[in-house]
Amino acid sequence: MTRPILSTRGLCKDYGNGQGCFDIDFELYPGEVLGIVGESGSGKSTLLATLAGKLAADRGQVRFLDRDGMAHELTCLPEAERRRLARSEWGYVTQHARDGLRMNVSAGANISERLMALGERHYGRLRERAGDWLDKVEIGADRLDDKPSAFSGGMQQRLQIARNLVTQPRLVFMDEPTGGLDVSVQARFLDLTRRLVHDTGIAVIMVTHDLGVARLLAQRTLVMQRGRVVETGLTDQILDDPQHPYSQLLVSSILQA
Amino acid sequence: MTERQWQYNFGFLDENTKRMLRRGLLKAVAIPGYQVPFGSREMPLPYGWGTGGIQLTASIIGKSDVLKVIDQGADDTTNAVNIRRFFARVTGVATTTRTADATLIQTRHRIPETALCEGQIMVFQVPEPEPLRTLEASEVETRKLHAHQEYGLMHVKLYEDIARFGHVATSYDYPVLVNGRYLASPSPIPKFDNPKLDRSPALMLFGAGREKRLYAIPPYTAVESLAFEDHPFAVQRWPHVCALCGSGDSYLDEIITDDAGHRLFVCSDSDYCQAQRTLQEGMA
Repeated sequence: MTRPILSTRGLCKDYGNGQGCFDIDFELYPGEVLGIVGESGSGKSTLLATLAGKLAADRGQVRFLDRDGMAHELTCLPEAERRRLARSEWGYVTQHARDGLRMNVSAGANISERLMALGERHYGRLRERAGDWLDKVEIGADRLDDKPSAFSGGMQQRLQIARNLVTQPRLVFMDEPTGGLDVSVQARFLDLTRRLVHDTGIAVIMVTHDLGVARLLAQRTLVMQRGRVVETGLTDQILDDPQHPYSQLLVSSILQA
Repeated sequence: MTERQWQYNFGFLDENTKRMLRRGLLKAVAIPGYQVPFGSREMPLPYGWGTGGIQLTASIIGKSDVLKVIDQGADDTTNAVNIRRFFARVTGVATTTRTADATLIQTRHRIPETALCEGQIMVFQVPEPEPLRTLEASEVETRKLHAHQEYGLMHVKLYEDIARFGHVATSYDYPVLVNGRYLASPSPIPKFDNPKLDRSPALMLFGAGREKRLYAIPPYTAVESLAFEDHPFAVQRWPHVCALCGSGDSYLDEIITDDAGHRLFVCSDSDYCQAQRTLQEGMA
């Protein structure tokens, strides 16, 4: 039986004014996509940042299993170790491409950065892999030397995906990756992400306020309200038979469309 | 002039400031390439004119030292002349233009062509001590990158150079890895001079006055210029020889001589050029 790649027990991040996230328990298995949905201010992004170690947790445990099968307790991991994991095992896709990309260097350099951080020092090979990945995310290797500022919003998000997946991470955090995109671009992005996730077998934790996005990508979904998980289950199950009044509200607001 | 000299402490700075600087320097020498913060003082020159280098020189200069100051390799340029005269006034030490005679050499932009020897100290004036600054604006973040030795970012710059120009176009302030640990900026010396830093018998001190940082490369420390496996580090070469001394292996400056586009390539190191010519006259 496979062991969960990430499991949390009683995770709390309290901002002190009733905001934050509280008593979060879940398990994530390799190759699984977990959606976290909820309205603005419900603590989804806080939860994601706490899991990724960008914020310090106040209580609880987060256990991560690396590719050698070693377990790491993320809440008390030394920073050097956490950064090593972030480089080699994780990816982080942000809502705004500007936060996740280097806007003043070319797309090729953006993709190669993580490879170089892991010690690759051969220009030809770097370029080849960057080109491959630009093709994979449907931008095209001929745009290798263009800066991200010359790309559309959808392309920038796809470039973020390429930049993160190039080092074959095992867990990718996505914070509202489709937030600023219009519906058709969103659909294309989701389609691509679903294919890449399927092909590479990475685990994804994706925060979104849109249950429709979760429906397309996530096998399992957590519904959050006021910092707490109010419902959890298979995405289809939540869509078909929501139990909590807030989930029912979310589902009714999407299925009518 | 001599009557007024007593009003200043030896070397202009007060003894407590010198002590603070020396403590910083000891730490810098102990951790090669690591940037040590220090309390930079107001100097009688504006920032950008070499206040970092001047403060370092002032803190280590002794009565028996012989000082040489160069700017762009030359002893007779404005900055070099003024800094040399400044120290002659506030310390009374002997000055020279000959590299071999100097015990202390303050420099901007060049390392002398004449090989340095044990016991000599080079003091560099550094405008920007942080090699990662153009890529990462946050000081908090760059210090973390140094602490965790995460230097992949520096290669992003070199990658970008090759992607845009076909070769590493960074020609000065070329980043180096000191003692296999700390990434450092060698100050704006041309990359032509980078190989001279590697295992040099002289002590190299770097001072950035505005940025309030100092760092050091102790004698015989390994200094590696960053590169890609398939784009190895290479220094500049010229198809010319020096028009004055005929030297073919020194760093050349291009000098426009008239409005008709005529130009001259001459050694940037004026002392070296002069020595070569004296040598040739002796042989003739």
